[in-house]
Amino acid sequence: MPPQLKTLLPLFAGFIIIFLIIRHLLVPESFGEQGHYRFNSVEENKENQMNYAGKDACAECHDDKTAELASDVHAGISCETCHGPGLAHYDNPDSIRLIVPKERVFCGLCHAINSSRKVKVIVQIDLKDHNIGKNCIECHNPHMPWELKEESTPEENL
Amino acid sequence: MGTERREHSRRKFIKTAAIAASGIFASGLINPFNAIIFAAEKPNDPTKPWWGYGIDIEKCIGCGRCANACKSENNVPREPFYFRTWVEQYTIKNDGTVKVESPNGGIDGFEQTVPDEDIFKAFFVPKMCNHCYKSPCVQACPVGATYESPDGVVLVDDTYCIGCRYCVQACPYGCRYIHPEKNVADKCTLCYHRISKGKTTACVEVCPTQARIVGDLNDKNGPLVQFLKEHTCLVLKPHLNTGSKLYYNALSGEVR
Repeated sequence: MPPQLKTLLPLFAGFIIIFLIIRHLLVPESFGEQGHYRFNSVEENKENQMNYAGKDACAECHDDKTAELASDVHAGISCETCHGPGLAHYDNPDSIRLIVPKERVFCGLCHAINSSRKVKVIVQIDLKDHNIGKNCIECHNPHMPWELKEESTPEENL
Repeated sequence: MGTERREHSRRKFIKTAAIAASGIFASGLINPFNAIIFAAEKPNDPTKPWWGYGIDIEKCIGCGRCANACKSENNVPREPFYFRTWVEQYTIKNDGTVKVESPNGGIDGFEQTVPDEDIFKAFFVPKMCNHCYKSPCVQACPVGATYESPDGVVLVDDTYCIGCRYCVQACPYGCRYIHPEKNVADKCTLCYHRISKGKTTACVEVCPTQARIVGDLNDKNGPLVQFLKEHTCLVLKPHLNTGSKLYYNALSGEVR
């Protein structure tokens, strides 16, 4: 072995060891376990906060409303579609109340007439023509839309 | 003398080149070159979930509840530039031009802006992350902050992301944005925190017409596989070979 190499070898070994130490400090735990990423991040993504409780959770207390809902054409709709995320209300039913949308425009999100909507999928009405000035829920029970409320008798009940 | 040296060096060069070429060729046989080396392969284990998603354009009524629920569930900023999922209204006119609208992602509803007599056909297309298994965004990430989980969901490691925006540009479906407060890339996680606990995603939960289906592609009796069996489904931009796992029923060629 040439004498120059003898003096250089420890130097190179030192460089390699320093590189390995720095690399060990910089590469985070679990990086590369399953691929080019931090595998612990998969578990961290599972820990995110939930906000929607699901229809079954609503039925635990509001079984009367879910039974109403199941009896008519809105049966396929989840409670939280209209009432918003309900997990906070599920955990604290007294302090946190859910929204109850009453405006015509809210019903119109689904039911306003629009040629992009398939007629066979959804009943559509013209908001500019159908019982102007009244809220939909004055006649229709949103849980049972075809059970028209008795006290309401508008002249033209489409 | 000079001629001899040249001859000698040429012979040596050819010899070395031949050895190098056969070496590269031989190593190619051992481990075939794989451009998508960091993209997860489709898992061979059929007992583990492999998440995919289905959207039925026939059923979508453009109510935008999915986009709204996604923002509530995942704390997406309410400004109309940030969406993990949104709805587009496609209007194909009689003259062949295509009009695409998505006011606030559809959260505030849609207006019909083209009169009936000018419309050839019109429909709604919900959009979201395609959870590709050869994801361009994963390949573009320089630090390994975005990845495909072993069960086929493309996720972001927000403690590791440096906010360089390469993935936002790489996604051919425009499904990523930079979170304005955290300054990291953000995208649909397929509600990973929900599906891993046996719940459905927020968008599927609130969809009033069951136009959205989330499911396990390995579960041959599951809802998603049933949906794929019963409908003629396509993915967006198949020529890009992204391995998209978001399947659309009744997808028109005009949709980009």
